[in-house]
Amino acid sequence: MIPACRLADLPRGEAHRLDIDPPVSVFHTDDGELFAIDDTCTHQDASLADGWLEGCEVECPLHASKFDLRTGAVDAPPAKLPVRTHEVVVEDGMIYVQLSTAAPNLPPCISARLAGGPA
Amino acid sequence: MRTVAVVGASLAGLSAARSLRKQGYDGRLVVVGDELHRPYDRPPLSKEFLAGTLGEAELALESDDEDLAAEWLLGTRAVGLDHRGRTVRLADGREVRADGFVLATGAAARTLPGSEGLAGVHTLRTLDDARALRDELARGGRLVVIGGGFIGAEVASTAYALGLEVTVVEAAPTPLAGPLGEAMGAVVSGLHADHGVRLVCGVGVKGLSGESRVDAVLLEDGRSLPADIVVVGVGARPNVEWLEGSGIALDNGVKCGADGRTSLAGVVAVGDCANWYDPRAGHHRRVEHWTGARERPDAAIATLLAQGAVEPGVPRPPYFWSDQYGVKIQFAGHAAAADSVTVEAGSADGRDVLAVYRRAGDPVAVLGMNQPRLFTRWRKQLAATS
Repeated sequence: MIPACRLADLPRGEAHRLDIDPPVSVFHTDDGELFAIDDTCTHQDASLADGWLEGCEVECPLHASKFDLRTGAVDAPPAKLPVRTHEVVVEDGMIYVQLSTAAPNLPPCISARLAGGPA
Repeated sequence: MRTVAVVGASLAGLSAARSLRKQGYDGRLVVVGDELHRPYDRPPLSKEFLAGTLGEAELALESDDEDLAAEWLLGTRAVGLDHRGRTVRLADGREVRADGFVLATGAAARTLPGSEGLAGVHTLRTLDDARALRDELARGGRLVVIGGGFIGAEVASTAYALGLEVTVVEAAPTPLAGPLGEAMGAVVSGLHADHGVRLVCGVGVKGLSGESRVDAVLLEDGRSLPADIVVVGVGARPNVEWLEGSGIALDNGVKCGADGRTSLAGVVAVGDCANWYDPRAGHHRRVEHWTGARERPDAAIATLLAQGAVEPGVPRPPYFWSDQYGVKIQFAGHAAAADSVTVEAGSADGRDVLAVYRRAGDPVAVLGMNQPRLFTRWRKQLAATS
């Protein structure tokens, strides 16, 4: 498990990005629930931690695709693929993330970079 | 309602078809499109697609496993609406009878009078336009962009990255002053000069010169700008000529209420062809933004299915984005309503500005350049307070 941050340091309505590769973000909803998903929108290189959190959904800060924090599903274009969801554990006031073993759905520009091609 | 005809197969039409199914409509669904292509995303046409970094398959708006159980009539234009007969007439002679109609015929790029038939002169609206322009840009040379708006600026930015010599001509003293206001219009259009792209402002275009192919753009002040390729980016007009004589109220597009209803029962309109009433502004406002085409069909379909019995909600402030020279430009709200603009973060010179537009102290719009996080916060606040 990867330590993210202290629960006390992540107010409701906020997100915390883990700078791993690919990055993952933990969201603390207004209802007090915690979710972790891949931070990069599956459409383009945008950080979902910078997005618009409303209920259990986060809207990409650039192009308005909304991802369900519970399932990773996307509601509408321009993104077409879901993000991965990751398990969140809180122990002794510390938030940990158990990373999914599934393959991430990264946007074409990032996939190209990871494959060693032009960004 | 047993048959709904969606006229228009781009983002607004597709979003309407999706909304119909999402809202439980299980009757016959016919989607009419004048282009042969399945619905595709237009914003990349002036950016990644034009640059050659994004392929056609990636423009598709539908998912591979998506099935809206719709009949797609593509490659045929609607030429008339007979409201009494509940029929849409198509250019190929076919007719579609339906109980409900969604008008989503979009807008067409304005052209320069006298430029017809001259090779090397382009507008950019459709995939076919983008293919043609991409092929020409790949050959390099001198590009003159007529119009310093968003399409013009994005084409200039892409062509600059491809290595072309680019000049942008704008008739107004400051590009983007309409959508962004004078001060921020100057900041954003300053990106051209930052990259050595020449920007000529405050002078109109008199015409083009060239025999079979364009060789120069002639300006009102007598100057002549040599050009191998010309892109005309001078705005768009709503595609509503086909509705003339149908009895539907037209005024800068299809005149609509705040919920997409038109003057005809059982007919709603969405996207660039629709001039919705804006309850915030207190008047009608035709919005050509991607997000409007994506979000408003939900409300319009609720109106159509409830036959006008739903109370329209207040829409979120209009939002659009643009990518130029590697800078993410985002804007929400209405600049024209503002009496002041303040820089809240970053700086104009650094091209990382976060500017808030206010009227009588209340925020009415926000602009961000490479500030997605702060921009989203302000955009949320704008939606909550206005």
